[in-house]
Amino acid sequence: MARTLYDKLWDSHVVRSEKDGTALLYIDRHLVHEVTSPQAFEGLRLAGRQPWRKDSVVATPDHNVPTTGQSGGIAGIADSVARTQVETLDANVKEFGMTYFPMNDVRQGIVHVIGPEQGATLPGMTVVCGDSHTSTHGAFGALAHGIGTSEVEHVLATQCLLQKKMKNMLVSVDGEVGAGVTAKDIVLAIIGKIGTAGGNGSAIEFGGTAIQALSIEGRMTVCNMAIEAGARAGMVAVDAKTIDYFKGRPFAPKGAQWDAAVEAWSDLHSDEGAHFDEVVHLDAASIEPQVTWGTSPEMVVAVSTRVPNPADETDSVKAGGMQRALDYMGLKAGTPITDISVDKVFIGSCTNSRIEDMRAAATVVKGKRVADNIKLALAVPGSGLVKKQAEEEGLDRIFVEAGFEWREPGCSMCLAMNDDRLEPEERCASTSNRNFEGRQGQASRTHLVSPAMAAAAAIAGHFVDVRSI
Amino acid sequence: MDRFEKLDAIVAPLDRANVDTDAIIPKQFLKSIKRSGFGPNAFDEWRYLDHGEPGMDNSQRPVNPDFVLNLPRYAGAEVLLARDNFGCGSSREHAPWALLDQGFKVIIAPSFADIFFNNCFKNGILPIVLSAEKVDQLFRETEASEGYQLIVDLEAQAITTPSGETIAFDVDSFRKHCLMNGLDDIGLTLQHVDDIKAYEEKRAIEAPWLFA
Repeated sequence: MARTLYDKLWDSHVVRSEKDGTALLYIDRHLVHEVTSPQAFEGLRLAGRQPWRKDSVVATPDHNVPTTGQSGGIAGIADSVARTQVETLDANVKEFGMTYFPMNDVRQGIVHVIGPEQGATLPGMTVVCGDSHTSTHGAFGALAHGIGTSEVEHVLATQCLLQKKMKNMLVSVDGEVGAGVTAKDIVLAIIGKIGTAGGNGSAIEFGGTAIQALSIEGRMTVCNMAIEAGARAGMVAVDAKTIDYFKGRPFAPKGAQWDAAVEAWSDLHSDEGAHFDEVVHLDAASIEPQVTWGTSPEMVVAVSTRVPNPADETDSVKAGGMQRALDYMGLKAGTPITDISVDKVFIGSCTNSRIEDMRAAATVVKGKRVADNIKLALAVPGSGLVKKQAEEEGLDRIFVEAGFEWREPGCSMCLAMNDDRLEPEERCASTSNRNFEGRQGQASRTHLVSPAMAAAAAIAGHFVDVRSI
Repeated sequence: MDRFEKLDAIVAPLDRANVDTDAIIPKQFLKSIKRSGFGPNAFDEWRYLDHGEPGMDNSQRPVNPDFVLNLPRYAGAEVLLARDNFGCGSSREHAPWALLDQGFKVIIAPSFADIFFNNCFKNGILPIVLSAEKVDQLFRETEASEGYQLIVDLEAQAITTPSGETIAFDVDSFRKHCLMNGLDDIGLTLQHVDDIKAYEEKRAIEAPWLFA
C-alpha cells in the first residue's frame, strides 16, 4: 500500500500498539537543553530510575546563555537564576554521562542548529526535545517534534513516547519563487494561508518544486515553523541534497554503514498515490517577501501591502484579536508596511541563524551602515561552528563595519531569556519565529521577517522590499 | 499525579483566541528548576501592571483591574473557558504547571494546540473540546450570571450547567483511565520492557548506525 513519509517514519518506530490506537513509539535521538530538563532529571532521581539509553542524548545550554563574554563560562553568567539552571544541566549530564557540548565548546549552540550540524540528527530518525521547534529536524526526512517536560522524563526513562498517530497533511508549494524570496517568506506565507491552528492534529509534509529547490538549511527554516502552523511535526522528503549534507558529519555513519544508511534513506519519501487527509497548494511565484504586523505568526502580509483593517473581518472573535494586536503593536490599519520604522534588528534564532542566513544578511549590509534610528542591530550565529565559519568568510567584519554587533551563539533575543531583549514598545525586525505579546521582552513589538529583509530594515531604518535595493 | 475527581466549580472566561504559552507563563519564570510555585505568575503580563521577575513578592504588586481573571466574581475558579487554539506556541510544561497551581483543573475550548493539550493530561488537568457554538453559549451564560458553576464529571464524560443541561464530551479512553486513577505513565510503559528490548534488537540489525 502506498504510504506517506510520515506513515513510513511512524511504522518503523512503533514498539507496540493498543487497540485504541495508542502506540509506544521508539525515540532515536533526544536533544536536551537547560530550560525544560531539570524537573525531568529530578523526577528520574526521585523514582530511582536510570536513563534507558544515555547514548541517545545530546545536550547543550542555549536558551539562557549570554551572547557576550562566553569565555567566562558558566561562572560568567551574571543572572544567578539562569546560572543555576545551566549549572543544573551541567551536573545532570555529567552524573549520567551523556554527550554534552558545554559553553565554550565550539560545538555548543542552539540545539536545533547543532543537531544537524553534528550529524547527531539524521534522516529516518525519531527526534524529540523539550522544545517546540524540534520540528526543524524534519527537514531531512526525520520525524521530529517538541515534547513537554513529563515526556522528557518519559523518554529518558523508557526511550519511548506514548503517541497516537497524527493526520497526514501535505503543503505543496509549486513553481519557482522570485528573486529575494526565501524559505522564511515561503513558510510565513503558508502560515498566513492555513493559520496558526491549520496544522493542529497533523504532521505536515512540505513538498512541491519550490520546497525541493530549497537547500537543506532553507528546508530547516520551513520545518522549524511548522509548529507556528499548529503542526508538531513538519517534514521534507530525502533527496540527493539531504545525503550530501550529512556526508562526513561527526555523528553520521561511516564506511559500509554509510552506504547502508543511504540506501535506507532513499525510501524516505511519500509513495506515488499515498493518501493525505488534507492537501494545500501554494503558488510559489505569487509569494512576496513577508512581514508580520500582529501578535500571531498568522498575522502576516506581503511587504508591498498595508496593515489590515479589523473592520474588514467578518468573524467577531478574529476582528477583536486583530484590534487588540494593532493596539499592542502601536499600529494603525491601512499603514503601508514600508512606513513602519524599527528600533532594533535581530538576526538569529533556530529559524535563521545558520551560515546561509548569515551570508544572506551580510550580502545586504555589505558596505552600508545601519540607519541612525536603529538602537541595536544584533547578528547572533546559531552555533560556535557557524560563528567560526562566518568569521573565516569575513562576515563578522561586514556586520561590524555596518554597525551590527557580532555576538556569541545562543537563542538570544528570540525569547529574551538572557539580556538580549527589547524595552517596552520597542519595535524589532526579527528573523525569529514568534511575534507573541511579550516574547522579546515586556511590551515588545516583534515583526517576523527573513534575514535579508531584517538586514534591509536595519539599513533603511524601516521595512523595505529587499527586492528594491 | 492526583486523581481527577468530579468537580462543581466556578467558571472563568478568557475571551481571546490563540492564547499562547508565552502569555500563560512568561519566559523569565522558566529559569526555575522546580515544578511548583508558578501559579502567582500565570498570565503575568496581563494580570499585573508592573513587570514581573522571579523572586518578587507577588502579593505586593499592582494588579490589573481590567484583566478578567482578576475580577472578584471569578475568584476560586477551577474551570477556564477559552477560545480556539488555546496553548499554542512553546512546548513549556510550565504553562499547565502554572494553570494548575492557579487552581484550574478543567479547560474548555473549541480547540487546543497539540503539545499543550498533551501536557495537560500529564499533570491532571482535563482539557475539553466542545463545538464553537457550545463554547459561545457557555461564554454568554458565564458572563450573564455571577457565580456561574459547571459540574464536570469525567467518568460520565458530561458537563452539567446550572440550568440542568447536560453536555457530553469526548476523551481518549487511555488518557481518561490515567486521569481517573492518577497514573504515572512511565510506570505503565515500563510494563513493556521486553517489547522495547525486542524492538531495539530488531532495529539494531536493520539500522545499526542508529545504535553506533
